[in-house]
Amino acid sequence: MGLSRFGGLVKGLGVARRRPFATSTSSSSSTAAGGGTIVRGTGSKSLNLYSAINQALHIALETDPRSYVFGEDVSFGGVFRCTTGLADRFGNQRVFNTPLCEQGIVGFGIGLAAMGNRAVAEIQFADYIFPAFDQIVNEAAKFRYRSGNQFNCGGLTIRAPYGAVGHGGHYHSQSPEAFFCHAPGLKVVIPRSPLQAKGLLLSCIRDPNPVVFFEPKWLYRLSVEEVPEHDYMLPLSEAEVIREGTDITLVGWGAQLSIMEQACKEAEKDGISCELIDLRTLLPWDKDTVEASVRKTGRLLISHEAPVTAGFGAEISASIVERCFLRLEAPVARVCGLDTPFPLIFEPFYMPTKNKILDAIKSTVNF
Amino acid sequence: MMRKSGSTIIKHFKSSSVGRTSWTPKSPLPLTPSFPQIFRIPAAGDLSNFCSRRFESVNAEKMPDSDTTDRNHNQALVFPEGKVKFTPEMSFISETAEERECCYRVLDDNGSQILSSNYVEVSKEVAVKMYTNMVTLQTMDTIFYEAQRQGRISFYLTTVGEEATNIASAAALTIDDIVFPQYREAGVLLWRGFTLQEFANQCFSNKADYGKGRQMPIHYGSNKLNYVTIASTVATQLPQAVGAAYSLKMDTKDACVVAYVGDGGTSEGDFHAALNFAAVKEAPVIFFCRNNGWAISTPTSDQFRSDGVVVKGRAYGIRSIRVDGNDALAVYGAVHAARDMAIREQRPILIEALTYRVGHHSTSDDSTKYRPVEEIEWWKMERDPVSRFRKWMENNSWWSDKQELEARNSARKQILHAIQEAEKVDKPPIADIFTDVYDSPSSDLREQEKLLRDTIQRHPRDYPSDFPL
Repeated sequence: MGLSRFGGLVKGLGVARRRPFATSTSSSSSTAAGGGTIVRGTGSKSLNLYSAINQALHIALETDPRSYVFGEDVSFGGVFRCTTGLADRFGNQRVFNTPLCEQGIVGFGIGLAAMGNRAVAEIQFADYIFPAFDQIVNEAAKFRYRSGNQFNCGGLTIRAPYGAVGHGGHYHSQSPEAFFCHAPGLKVVIPRSPLQAKGLLLSCIRDPNPVVFFEPKWLYRLSVEEVPEHDYMLPLSEAEVIREGTDITLVGWGAQLSIMEQACKEAEKDGISCELIDLRTLLPWDKDTVEASVRKTGRLLISHEAPVTAGFGAEISASIVERCFLRLEAPVARVCGLDTPFPLIFEPFYMPTKNKILDAIKSTVNF
Repeated sequence: MMRKSGSTIIKHFKSSSVGRTSWTPKSPLPLTPSFPQIFRIPAAGDLSNFCSRRFESVNAEKMPDSDTTDRNHNQALVFPEGKVKFTPEMSFISETAEERECCYRVLDDNGSQILSSNYVEVSKEVAVKMYTNMVTLQTMDTIFYEAQRQGRISFYLTTVGEEATNIASAAALTIDDIVFPQYREAGVLLWRGFTLQEFANQCFSNKADYGKGRQMPIHYGSNKLNYVTIASTVATQLPQAVGAAYSLKMDTKDACVVAYVGDGGTSEGDFHAALNFAAVKEAPVIFFCRNNGWAISTPTSDQFRSDGVVVKGRAYGIRSIRVDGNDALAVYGAVHAARDMAIREQRPILIEALTYRVGHHSTSDDSTKYRPVEEIEWWKMERDPVSRFRKWMENNSWWSDKQELEARNSARKQILHAIQEAEKVDKPPIADIFTDVYDSPSSDLREQEKLLRDTIQRHPRDYPSDFPL
């Protein structure tokens, strides 16, 4: 069975109809374009995103006895079931609930990591990561540098569900990745699908730098694909071209990619050949892959749920303009969230939809 | 190269009183967490909330059909929070206790031992080391402060008035105990063996600085000496200390973590986060609060309205003690006892050391602007922890004027020499701007380094010349 690039829609789950969703694509091309280490033919199982993440956590705890998973409500399995079975299997000294205090969770994680452990800290929703912002930006990001490499907290990984979910409003829908991309010393990683999430999360946990791993909550149950059962890792700071094309380059991450892919398919009907890139790691990001693509196509469109102003799309745009100015045929387009707090009932209007993207593709191509 | 602290004979053991824990030395036990043997549960009722797991399952316990009543017709009911006695009388817990928490001391203001106190003995060897370290610390502070005034270093902050909090607490620890300092604990690092040259190198940001010149002076750190690098951020080290202590707990190490903080730092959210986590996770961490009365210009009356910091321990379920921070023997004893409890009972301890910040907050501060000079002078002359300990040493015939002169002259010479040497050493290489951001530089950083080097070549006069390229 081929490996689909986003996972597929699980039918019969009563999904909110407001957001069209990519159906399963059984492309036979390997998703390991970036040099991943997936071995074809080994056992694999159809898993959704939270199950794939759960598997990664099981493997992480299994392979390193000095690794820990903690956060609010993780013991019973977590509000999104990502930590199911871990406490039973590894005991409540390695998998445990913390008090309701994000600055404590991250500070504690830094201390654990500073002693050479792998600390996987869960923040229940990315919207609640801000009390921990000081510990993340002032402490974790600078821990190695400020000590002259005498100390480090590389074993720290912070996981948080992010992004729109249909009914989340201000505080269950945010995409705060841009705040963290501005802190040298951190890594920021966002997976698009179950197979990606498992491999990327294991890489994050084992990477000797503090990482913030944002999980697209919209995809926790809805994105399903064949995920190899063994221990594998996908490389950080390597973007992946998931659809090849010649007329325009689209860059995105996480749940937004499946929306972008639908736009690409429709654009194809109008004779526009779109190349779609999953950035995967936002910090440090793979400029070379994006640059190579834009040199081929001459056009760039970036799409993310986070508000457009000072969103991470601005960094991508500025960097690519620096590198590819004379090659560009049109201004870089950004199709993003509005500059508002995430509005509940207005979500369909706020979101960067397939048609907004399609319109931008066309106007960029016709510039 | 650190020896364990000296003999630990307890003298004049006092009997315990209600609601307080007295500490007795025990023979070394394997590290099984246990409840304290002498801890008396206060008479408020059968509070089952001392257990770390009240119920075996996560489901709420079935409620009894009717309230149980005792002979005094006070009803008792079971909540998820535990069993509590009820009262028909509405009364509020007072905002303060009738009396402030007492402060433990061993030496009176003249350095004489208070006869009725129970204290931990120190050997002559340890006492002499403590005293000479205090002298070195005082001398170092004086000379480095002057160096900043002369423009030779950009910044400095002293521990004047708080030497006992630093040295005596450090003396009661072992080198395996991990220290998470705030920033006024250079004496702890000095005790552990950080050399005067190493201090000077950091202050001069030269290439021998272990921190590679990246932080302001006094931001020392040493992984070899288990002293986590200082950062200017206040109280952020506290929850980190708890995580580190949890690691020691999991690895069943015969060691604890000591996290230092000032009175100001206890207002930060990280203080609350840390104490709460430490209690819940039963982490072997000592929180040592130097309550020196001032957070820059903010007196403690503008910082909190509790009876200082010690009373906050109970709010988190943490055993606590208030000590005279200017009494080296009291600090030594309290830390020694705290360490023992933290490790053997696997629990956090809070120590509030009352003291006074004789110096200005830092070289960027002139504290005469917000407090009377007379107040500063009084504490300096009448309550100096170093001369108090010296008097005790002299009473024991463990110290003399001759030794005093020698110690001060020797310290002074060494420090001046260290400064001279540090000034001559090159600054760190340009490459150190870009290393250690990550474990290895990203491609962006390599590119930026290349661009910077090009710029330096084109405009060399924009840049100081004492940096190796």
